[in-house]
Amino acid sequence: MSKLRIENVSRVFPGVRGGEPTRALEPTNLSVEDNDFITILGPSGCGKSTLLRIVAGLDQPTTGQVLLDGQAVREPGPDRGMVFQSYTLFPWLTVRENICFGLREKNVPDRQQAEIADHFINQVGLRGFENHFPKQLSGGMQQRTALARALANDPKIMLLDEPFGALDNQTRALMQELLLGIWEAAKKTVLFVTHDIDEAIFMANRVLVMTARPGKVKCDIAIDLPHPRHYTMKTSPEFAAYKARLTEEIRVEAIRSAQAEH
Amino acid sequence: MFDPLKPVSPGRRTALGILFFVVFLAGWAGITLGGIVPPLFLADPLKAAKSGVELFTEYGFAGDVGVTIWRVVGGFVIAAVFAVPLGILMGAFKSVEAFFEPFISFARYLPASAFIPLLILWAGVGEAQKLAVIIIGSFFQIVLMVAVIVGGSRIDLVEASKTLGAKRAGIVLRVLLPGAAPQIAETLRLVLGWAWTYVIVAELIGAQSGIGHMIMDSQRLLDTGQMIFGIFIIGLIGLISDFLFKQANARLYPWYFIK
Repeated sequence: MSKLRIENVSRVFPGVRGGEPTRALEPTNLSVEDNDFITILGPSGCGKSTLLRIVAGLDQPTTGQVLLDGQAVREPGPDRGMVFQSYTLFPWLTVRENICFGLREKNVPDRQQAEIADHFINQVGLRGFENHFPKQLSGGMQQRTALARALANDPKIMLLDEPFGALDNQTRALMQELLLGIWEAAKKTVLFVTHDIDEAIFMANRVLVMTARPGKVKCDIAIDLPHPRHYTMKTSPEFAAYKARLTEEIRVEAIRSAQAEH
Repeated sequence: MFDPLKPVSPGRRTALGILFFVVFLAGWAGITLGGIVPPLFLADPLKAAKSGVELFTEYGFAGDVGVTIWRVVGGFVIAAVFAVPLGILMGAFKSVEAFFEPFISFARYLPASAFIPLLILWAGVGEAQKLAVIIIGSFFQIVLMVAVIVGGSRIDLVEASKTLGAKRAGIVLRVLLPGAAPQIAETLRLVLGWAWTYVIVAELIGAQSGIGHMIMDSQRLLDTGQMIFGIFIIGLIGLISDFLFKQANARLYPWYFIK
């Protein structure tokens, strides 16, 4: 049985002030297997974030349903860990307290909370910054904390909505390796939204390309590159072949999306 | 020196702040001691200072000051204890807001001082009436300002907390409340300042003690020195309480003051 099933999920936003309703997402189907790392690639405004928010339970589909381990998703919950593109650490909590937020909500005993927090602080390389407030951290460090915060809940699936979108190129590359290392070690199931082709290929075992608005899945490409992956892979011929193909796929959509705006 | 928005060094800031007090005092001394304004209308600084000493040594003014502080703090605390939770509920839950907001917006514009004759009728001229004036003056303001602050909480933080497993109570107590706390504290600081104007108004009418009562008494004797000293004391206490409030906020919410 699939870990996550997205069945016929679509989303129509009602028109604002009597305007036309917006069809953000056409009926979409997707099966995510255990340990899958799926990246969803598409031009901006294609509904990929909408799809992720529906899986998270933060938005309700107009049609269809999402099943996680056979259970219908109705509302947000700690079994689906989410990292957002914007910085969403709680500014009044330190790095350690942010990581423990979900654990406290579950009434995990303090000692166990500390152990779990220590583990993830080490894993995302924030030792020495446990007692810093988010405002005292760089963007990359904030996103690493957000990642640790989501992982600390031991979710069934990780949902990442362009988590490295606001970071500079070098930091972004390091974050990709960090996340990939965590995935290789812990074998989490991941849904990762991005508009960066390199990122989509490097991280994934499957890349889903979405069409311009109204979004739907255009193609589903298996990425058959070996693990562990090293950043040098981004310059290999196999990588280049995937990139050439995806660039073509996404270019058509970007052009359609740009024309639709005029 | 006049670069727009350019920060000024702490030393210079303090010096400039004190400088204006000196300018003000010099202006006051100039028009009174220089004979431009007759002493009947405005006492000179020396006379005011002398009246101040007399007030404390001969008329037991310290008791009046104590009574007034007690009234302000008492009324303000009672108002805040009820207003802050209500404001939080209104900010968090839109149906609660829809229920209370129109009435409270209306009640906010009812001038607290206009209630004084009515309150004397209901509660006499005792402490209950003084406290009631301050409560009426502060309660509605606090409720509305707290509701606006909490209602303006970051929705992305609320969403993040939901994906971490927070439910209704967790969202209110662990996201909305701590996020809004520094601004709520700032609001309370502001309203405490307003409470000082209400207490004096309450004490001008039907009071046997307090700074306002002393000012009223002095007017009958045309003692402008005492009146000015009373007003000065109110300003001084306001300045001190403001300073203490700011210090407490900086200590309680260090994350809020990180640049």
